[in-house]
Amino acid sequence: MTYLQRLYGKIEAAARLDADEALRLYREADLLSLGRLAHGVRNRLHPSPVVTYVVDRNINYTNVCVSGCLFCAYYRAKEAPDAYVITRDALGRKIEETLALGGTQILLQGGMHPDLDLDWCLDLLRFIKTHFDIHIHGFSPTEINCLARNSGIGVPEVLERLVAAGLGSIPGGGAEILVDAVRRRISPNKCSASDWLHVMRCAHTIGLKTTATMMFGHVESDRDIISHLLRIRELQDETGGFTAFIPWSFQPLNTRIQVPPATAVDYLRVLATSRLVLDNVPNLQASWVTQGDKIAQLALTFGANDMGSTMIEENVVAAAGIHFRLPKDEMIRLIESAGYRPVQRTYRYTPVHPEPGP
Amino acid sequence: MRFTDSRLNRIQDKISAGDRLTFNEGLALYDTRDLLGLGALADAVRRKRHGNRAYFVYNQHLNYTNICANTCLFCAFSRKEGEPGGFTLSMDEVREALAQRADEPIRELHVVGGLNPALGLGYYLELLETIRSARPEATIKAFTAVEIDYLSRTSKLSLQETISKLMAAGLSMLPGGGAEVLSDRVHEKLFRKKIDAGRWLEIVEAVHRAGLKSNATMLYGHIETAEERVAHLCRLRALQDRTGGFSAFIPLAFHSKNTALSHLPATTAFDDLKAVAVSRLMLDNIEHIKAYWVMIGEKLAQVALSFGADDLDGTIIEEKITHMAGATSAKGLSRNEMIRLIESAGFDPVERDSFYRPVAGATVPGKETSQ
Repeated sequence: MTYLQRLYGKIEAAARLDADEALRLYREADLLSLGRLAHGVRNRLHPSPVVTYVVDRNINYTNVCVSGCLFCAYYRAKEAPDAYVITRDALGRKIEETLALGGTQILLQGGMHPDLDLDWCLDLLRFIKTHFDIHIHGFSPTEINCLARNSGIGVPEVLERLVAAGLGSIPGGGAEILVDAVRRRISPNKCSASDWLHVMRCAHTIGLKTTATMMFGHVESDRDIISHLLRIRELQDETGGFTAFIPWSFQPLNTRIQVPPATAVDYLRVLATSRLVLDNVPNLQASWVTQGDKIAQLALTFGANDMGSTMIEENVVAAAGIHFRLPKDEMIRLIESAGYRPVQRTYRYTPVHPEPGP
Repeated sequence: MRFTDSRLNRIQDKISAGDRLTFNEGLALYDTRDLLGLGALADAVRRKRHGNRAYFVYNQHLNYTNICANTCLFCAFSRKEGEPGGFTLSMDEVREALAQRADEPIRELHVVGGLNPALGLGYYLELLETIRSARPEATIKAFTAVEIDYLSRTSKLSLQETISKLMAAGLSMLPGGGAEVLSDRVHEKLFRKKIDAGRWLEIVEAVHRAGLKSNATMLYGHIETAEERVAHLCRLRALQDRTGGFSAFIPLAFHSKNTALSHLPATTAFDDLKAVAVSRLMLDNIEHIKAYWVMIGEKLAQVALSFGADDLDGTIIEEKITHMAGATSAKGLSRNEMIRLIESAGFDPVERDSFYRPVAGATVPGKETSQ
C-alpha cells in the first residue's frame, strides 16, 4: 500500500490529517481522488441531498482604505475623485431592494477609512436596525482590529458595542493567508494572523458566529495554504464558532501583484483539501464569484455544500475585472441539475423557510 | 475507491476485461449522479491510451463565408443571401487574414463556412490553393460533410470526384462538424435543410475511403435526449469499426444566444463533463477526445483533462461561430496559456500537428499573441 493509499484509508475512516499528511495529499493526490474523498466527507457531514444558498447583498460602506493591500483593485485614497462613503439614502435603498428580492441579510464591509470611527459604525448599525428587519453580517476582523486600535478600547469591548448596536455575525474576510511572512508581502498594513484569529476568538466567545476565508494563488507556498487551514482548525477546536469556510482564488487584474491567475484545477484542489483538513467546520462554500457558474457547480462534487450568496451586488471582485453573474433562479437550476435540492438559508446555515414538521 | 453508484462497478469490470459497452450502459453512464466516479472510469481509459500527455495544436480558424442556405435553428452565425452582415472572403482577404499571422508557427488551418449558393467548386479549389501557397507547412483541415455534400450536388460530380479534386487542391483532413445529433427526430425539428444522419455518415465514410482522416462531433444541450446522445455515439463507433478514419471526437456544447432556440438554458458543468467522459468510455475505437474550450470555457476544459479528454484543441485566434452565440470564453489562447492550463492540471503538454505528431521543439515559448 502506498503512502497516499494509506492516507485515503485514513480519511475514509474519518481520522484527522496532520500538517505533513495534508501537504502530501494536496500536492500529490490526483484531482479526482481528492474530489471523491472530499465528496465522501461532505456526504458524511451532510447526508441529505441539499445544497444551501443565501440571498443577500454586498454593501461596501466606503472604498476609502488606508491598508493599501497589493492584491486589491477596489480601494481608493481619501482624496481620489471616485472615493465615496455611502449615504444613508443609498444604503436604505439598497436594503429595501434586498428585502424586496427575498434577501435575509446584508454583508456590510468597508475599507479602513481614517475618519470613520467606532461611533460612526455604531450609528450606521443602529440606523439599519431602526428602519429594517434584516440580519447584518458585517465588519471583518481587519476592520474590528482597526476600530479597536483607533478607539483605544479592546476588541471584546468593540464587539460588545457592535452587537448591542445590531451586528449579527462576522464575515471571514481579511484572512488572506494566515501566515505573517505572506501578509507582510501582500498586505503590510493589515492586521497580523494572530490579530485576525484574536478577533475571531473574541467574537466566538461572546456567541457571535463567523465564517473564515482564504485567498490563495498569489505569493503563498503550498505549505502556507496548509498552515492557514490548520490555524482555522485549531481555533475551531477551541471555540466551534466558525459556520463555514470559503476559499477563493486571487484575481490579479488591476492589482499590484502580477501573477497568472490560479486555474480551475488549482481551485478545486484547494477546495477539496479544505474539506479534508477542516473536519470540524460544518460548511464549505463554493465561490462562483471568482470561478464562474460551471466550476461553482462542479465544486459541489469537490466538497462544497453551499453555493454562497446570490449577491445582488458585488464590487470588490468586479473591480479586478471578473464579472460572473448568477441570479437566484440560475443558482437553483445549477444546484438541481447537479442532483441536489436547493434550500435558501440564513447566516446560521439553517433554512429560511423551515419545512413543516411531520 | 468505491463508486457511490453500483452500476459503475459492473461497467468498470467490463472495461477492465476489454469488453465493449452497450447502449444501455451508455445510458447508465449519462444517468449516474456519481460524476467523479464516471470521471475516474474515463480517466483510467484515457491514461491507458495517452498516459500523462495532453495535446493542443497551434491553429487558425478561417470562416470563408457566413451566407448559408441551411437556416439551422441552433445557429447564430449564418446570414441569408443579401441580409446585412453577410460576408464572403475574396482571395485577397484570405491572403490578408493569413498574412496577418505569417510570423506565427501555425500548424493547422481550420476552414469552414456556410452553404453560399453563389460559390461554386472553383471558389473552394482556389481557396485551398491560396491557403496552401501562403501556408505550405500547415495542414488544411477544411469543410464539414455538409459542405462536401453541397459541393458534390452543386458541381454535379460524384462524392469521390469531389473529394479527389479537393484533395488535389490541398485538402488534408476534414473537421467533424455538421453531425449535430445523428437522429432523424432532431434533424426534422432543428435542421431540416441540412443533410441527415444517413447522408452525413455516408459522406464521412467516402472521405475515409479516400484516405482522409476526419473528426466527429456531437452538438448537445438543446432538445436531444440521453438516448439520442448514446445512439449518436454508437453510430460513430459502428462507422469507425468499418473505416478507422476518425481521429478525434469533439462534444460541442450548444450556445443558444442569438439563435431561434434562445429560450434554452446553457449547458452546465455536469452536462459538459458527462459528454466528455461518456464519449471516452463508449468510443473505444476513437483515439482522441477533445475538450473544446471555446464552448465549455477554459476552466472546465482544463478540468475535462481529468474526465477523459486528452486534447484541448487549438490556440485559435478570433473564434467567431460560438462567440456569435454568446460564448464568454476567450477568443484565443496563447501557446503559453495553453501550456500553463495543461501543466497546472498535472499533465504534460504536447504541441501537436493535425495528425497528433509532436511538433519538435515546440514547447520553447515563441512569439505570443495573447488576447
